[in-house]
Amino acid sequence: MMRFDHHARRKLLSHGVAVLTGLCVVAVLYPLVSIVYTAVVRGGTVLFQTGFLTSVPPNACSQVSCNTVGIGPNIQGTVILVGIAALISIPVGVLAAVFASEYRTRGVGRAISFTADVLSGVPSIIMGAFIFGYFILVYPSLTYSAITGGLALSAIMIPIVTRTTEEALRTVPNSTREAALALGISKWKTTLRIVVISALPGIATGVLLAVMRAAGEAAPLIFTAFGSNLYYRGLDQPIAALPLLIYDFALSPASNQQDVAWGATLFLLIAILITNVVARYMIHRLGRQMVGGA
Amino acid sequence: MSGAKLRVEHLTAYYGDHPGVKDISLEFPDRMVTAIIGPSGCGKSTFIRCLNRMHETAPRTRVEGKVLLDGEDIYQEDPVRIRRRIGMVFQKPNPFVTMSIYNNVSVALRFNGHHPRDYVDAAVLRSLQQAALWEEVKDRIDSPATSLSGGQQQRLCIARALAASPEVLLMDEPCSALDPIATAKIEDLVGHLKDDYTVVIVTHNLQQAARVADYTAFFYLGGLVEYGPTEDLFERPKEHLTESYITGRFG
Amino acid sequence: MDPSTPSPPSSPGPSSDSRKVSRWPDRIFFVVVTIVGLGILAMAFAIVGILANSSRESFRVFGWGFLYGTIWDPNKQIFGVIPFVVGTLLTSGIALLIALPLALGSAIFITTQAPRYLRGPVGTAIELLAAVPSVIYGFWGLFVIVPYMRTTVDPFLRTWFGFTGLFTGPAYGFGVLTASVVLAVMIVPTICAVSRDSLLAVPVAQQEAAVSLGATNWETTRTAMLPYARSGIVGGTILGLGRALGETMAVTMVIGNVDRIPTSLFSPGQTIASLIANELLSSTGPLQTSAILECGLVLLGISLGVNVAARLLVWRITKSAGAIVT
Repeated sequence: MMRFDHHARRKLLSHGVAVLTGLCVVAVLYPLVSIVYTAVVRGGTVLFQTGFLTSVPPNACSQVSCNTVGIGPNIQGTVILVGIAALISIPVGVLAAVFASEYRTRGVGRAISFTADVLSGVPSIIMGAFIFGYFILVYPSLTYSAITGGLALSAIMIPIVTRTTEEALRTVPNSTREAALALGISKWKTTLRIVVISALPGIATGVLLAVMRAAGEAAPLIFTAFGSNLYYRGLDQPIAALPLLIYDFALSPASNQQDVAWGATLFLLIAILITNVVARYMIHRLGRQMVGGA
Repeated sequence: MSGAKLRVEHLTAYYGDHPGVKDISLEFPDRMVTAIIGPSGCGKSTFIRCLNRMHETAPRTRVEGKVLLDGEDIYQEDPVRIRRRIGMVFQKPNPFVTMSIYNNVSVALRFNGHHPRDYVDAAVLRSLQQAALWEEVKDRIDSPATSLSGGQQQRLCIARALAASPEVLLMDEPCSALDPIATAKIEDLVGHLKDDYTVVIVTHNLQQAARVADYTAFFYLGGLVEYGPTEDLFERPKEHLTESYITGRFG
Repeated sequence: MDPSTPSPPSSPGPSSDSRKVSRWPDRIFFVVVTIVGLGILAMAFAIVGILANSSRESFRVFGWGFLYGTIWDPNKQIFGVIPFVVGTLLTSGIALLIALPLALGSAIFITTQAPRYLRGPVGTAIELLAAVPSVIYGFWGLFVIVPYMRTTVDPFLRTWFGFTGLFTGPAYGFGVLTASVVLAVMIVPTICAVSRDSLLAVPVAQQEAAVSLGATNWETTRTAMLPYARSGIVGGTILGLGRALGETMAVTMVIGNVDRIPTSLFSPGQTIASLIANELLSSTGPLQTSAILECGLVLLGISLGVNVAARLLVWRITKSAGAIVT
């Protein structure tokens, strides 16, 4: 009887833990549901208004009949800023990863991967502050511009691209490098045209995640890209960005601006969801290819 | 013996401070098959990787001594050029998984200088025929290399090495990952290859050495024990160690 | 040719001759790659160097006193970092207290409790939480969490836990506690992901050993898995802390933005990150700008310390775990 009770208590405890941890998951996932629900309810009709994706943002307006207008310049600005950042960070990140993984350089390669690792944990606002601190001193006229915004985002992307590329390069089996070298293919061609190409799905996944992270960043852009309600006017001019618009209009008392912010939020969430699905599909395919190649 | 294509003089190869092979001197006759046999860990793979300077691509390795290709020391030359003249086939088939069959075979030509398309096509055809793979892949030359079986992949790797028009072909246990039928095909192939190439083949399979090689070298504990015509080595070994090994008393 | 005398790797005789032309592209490539690689190190030094240089004016005026100055008053041009250090550590600390049990519970659920068909989707959903931009958390916090805190949570806490002294003063909904809650939501995915990976890295043999002794599911987890994964969980927690310390937009939008040391968990406050986001543009002059950037330097120091500790820990674990698994 004693034994039985003891056993029953153990079983009960085990079931209790299952329920408890299940509740944790519910609590953890509730915000995701709530965010998506709120964005759909408040931003759904806004997002699908004609011209929302191409018109300029509205001024604050307290009348009920105010038009909610669009987020055209902000989409364009975010694309340009992320484009600049990608142009800088992809070559830099990939080449740095090549150095860290493809060359025997004793501690230096390890130091670089460790630094990239630590840099990826530096707050994004610090990346913006350091770009701001440099330009305000050296090129004050460029402080609020597409250039500084792009640089700040590239500072965020470089460590991510470096780390993920390095991991992808390490999954390329050494026999692939040997096969190429034994054919008399030079080291740089072996590296760029065979090893990097073999690792491309992994690298692309990393780049995609870095791009998405940069596209959602507002903090470092406040005092670099600055924001604007106009379409692109030049690399040396302040530029609009989607996350900045959400920040500005979320805190606005005008309901039409808040509506636009919800539309922008829903747009960004959808973009992130699509990118994530694509990235996951790529990881999945990469895994299959490695199995098939073994 | 029709003259030495490749001559090794006092070759010692290190992993860190440990010598994998010690003071080897050996000659590989032109257009002959030379087998290198010996128990696991005897240094035969290390040795063959020194012959096209692949040994030095691994970390913390170095090589002392000379390897003369037609009288020129390959360690005084650009390793990239040397590897174009001395091709290699590895233990496990290692086709480029991201490339098609055609691209695998043509990779050396496409990456090493500019060749006209029909020249590359002709080289691919010739190499696949020499590797006895053409008949099996001629209808799917653009399908991925990974669609081939293990034995086919290994012959693809041989074709890939041949397409670069090497003078010497090094084979590091090319059949160790293959089934008996695929092994027989590769052995048959090696017999034909010696018409055009000097072949060095590492194997732990004594029968294989006896079947394919004109000359055989026996390695033990990083040293060369005995070297001579295959028949002599198997039937009239001079060294006691060789005799124990080929009669199966160890290894 | 004495094997005992070491010589440089495979380079007998004097170096190259004209036949080695094809080595030049390799050398150029190596140089380019080296420069870019070292550029990563340079970037780390540049971040520290530029922020330090920008802080000179503030350091000249306040010296080391800046680091323990409790007053931040642009009108009097007196600046000290302590209100924001307190805000940063307080919000991150509370966030960690809330997030850790939830994240660990979720990780245990995904790895040991959930039916197989649920594990993948639940894990993916939690990872998606990590992909939501900070500014969207802020916006959601503003519209959903702030009103809920004001109408429901804050009065409840005041009624039942007011005696602790932590929950006093007016509850606007904005403030330290609200910021902590939003932060907790944001760092759960980080902690959960690393904890899950550490739990998955526990060798099956360990679990089988416990199961074969008649342990229940939970006993297996508690005795065979959690101790094994402990250092990984600690590493993930510190990574989550690192993320919380530097999180900007979400905090900025719900913390109330007041440059004083919070007196209760309902008080509005400011973290270093939210200070930079709020005041760098509206700075009253060079001294305040310099002081803000010096705060940035302090935040960088805190987050570097936390991150280096976490990475070292996670690196060590992944390496030892890998050694055991293979």
